[in-house]
Amino acid sequence: MTAKTKNLSLLRTVEATPMPNLLKALTLLSLVGFCCTLALALFFAGTDIQQGEIQRIFYIHMPSFFGAFTAFGLTVLGGILYLWRKSEQWDRIALAGVEVGLAFALINLVTGAIWARPIWNTWWTWDPRLTSAAIMALTYAAYLMLRAGIEDEARKRSFMSVYGIFAFTSVLVTLFIIRVVPETIHPVIVGASPQNAQGGFEATSGVVIALLPSLLLWLTLMPITMIWHRSRLERRLEAVNRLKIQMLME
Amino acid sequence: MKTPFLTVMLAIVSKDLRGEMRSREILSAMTIFAFLCILVFSFALELDRVARQEAISGALWVTLIFASLLGFNRSLAQEGDQGNLDALLLAPVARSALYFGKLLSNYLFTLLVALLILPLMTVIYNSDLLNGWLLLTTALGLFSFSTIGTLLSLLTLHTGSREALLPIAMLPVALPLLLTAVRASTNILNGAPTGQWLVWLQLLAAVSVIYLALGWLLCGFVLEE
Repeated sequence: MTAKTKNLSLLRTVEATPMPNLLKALTLLSLVGFCCTLALALFFAGTDIQQGEIQRIFYIHMPSFFGAFTAFGLTVLGGILYLWRKSEQWDRIALAGVEVGLAFALINLVTGAIWARPIWNTWWTWDPRLTSAAIMALTYAAYLMLRAGIEDEARKRSFMSVYGIFAFTSVLVTLFIIRVVPETIHPVIVGASPQNAQGGFEATSGVVIALLPSLLLWLTLMPITMIWHRSRLERRLEAVNRLKIQMLME
Repeated sequence: MKTPFLTVMLAIVSKDLRGEMRSREILSAMTIFAFLCILVFSFALELDRVARQEAISGALWVTLIFASLLGFNRSLAQEGDQGNLDALLLAPVARSALYFGKLLSNYLFTLLVALLILPLMTVIYNSDLLNGWLLLTTALGLFSFSTIGTLLSLLTLHTGSREALLPIAMLPVALPLLLTAVRASTNILNGAPTGQWLVWLQLLAAVSVIYLALGWLLCGFVLEE
């Protein structure tokens, strides 16, 4: 094969592969689902008697954390499978999981701050759960920094798989901290709230009807669809980089 | 034929200890840093006697963690800079034996620093820190911290700016340890009944076991070449 035809075949890998039908369906479902759950939260669910309209942000706030949970969980899964099978595809999924999860975690932090301003009268407080959620986001920011720092491709993939597995402890801490540390003011909606919790509300049937579809959507469809898109993009980025090196060597 | 696991581990520990006896590079840096850290905390919290009493265990753990970060960085840099790690990887020995050897020598260094600063803090903060339970908490917390510290310093060894990246990679992962260790030590120092803090010590032990298992399972992947 001459250099020119080789370049051409490389160029072809840079072009987008046609989107699988399943991914098209997932994308459409996520978009429709997002609009529907938003409508449920904004118009269908009743206004909270004590908190008023601001309570509606909860229908994004809690699901976004669980979206981050799924995404970071897929990073762990991708990491384990990469270390086992050494297939680059798993590492791409792990990286996509970190980026998508980090975006969800930031949505979670920002919506929480917006809710806390009228209810707790402050944007931010050094509550155990708020602190651990912020540290969770920083852990995955550290993942991206570390990843950028390692030059060798194969080493980068296996090292970051290891770190992705370790980083998940910060997600588990955030999830369980209000059950372990009693002096938090963060309310628990499912189960009994801690005694100091401020701004909790009853999970009445209206709340559950608006929350459940939103939770399911953020927990499954949205992270999976986004991670799929992001890992496809990563494959094209890698092909572009290979092509670039190829061109420079000639 | 592979050299037995324990022989390799002890050989690495004795190599590190002998090197340290001659150069005193790591321990002196860690100890001086820890002393300075305690003095700085003491001055920073001077304004309020009550606040200072309450901040002791926080000051203790932050000092220990920063000092051990310094130690882990130096200890692994010694392996990496002269190509010693590559030579060790060529040897026909189990990879996990190398990890556990480095883990043990890192742990011994941090433990030694802890044993030096606990009496000093007892004097400066006028509070008895040489309590058996507190020593146990410190020993357990530092062991677990060395477990992840050794693994992550092997991981950052190959990055361009490892001195900066190790704390960034490590502090968030160490959060469960820090949380349980500080809770347990605060309650022990305040003389709270055993029932109130034993659960924190048990949690710390559980986290240590999880990290040790993860370290053992994953060390092979950061030690490959």
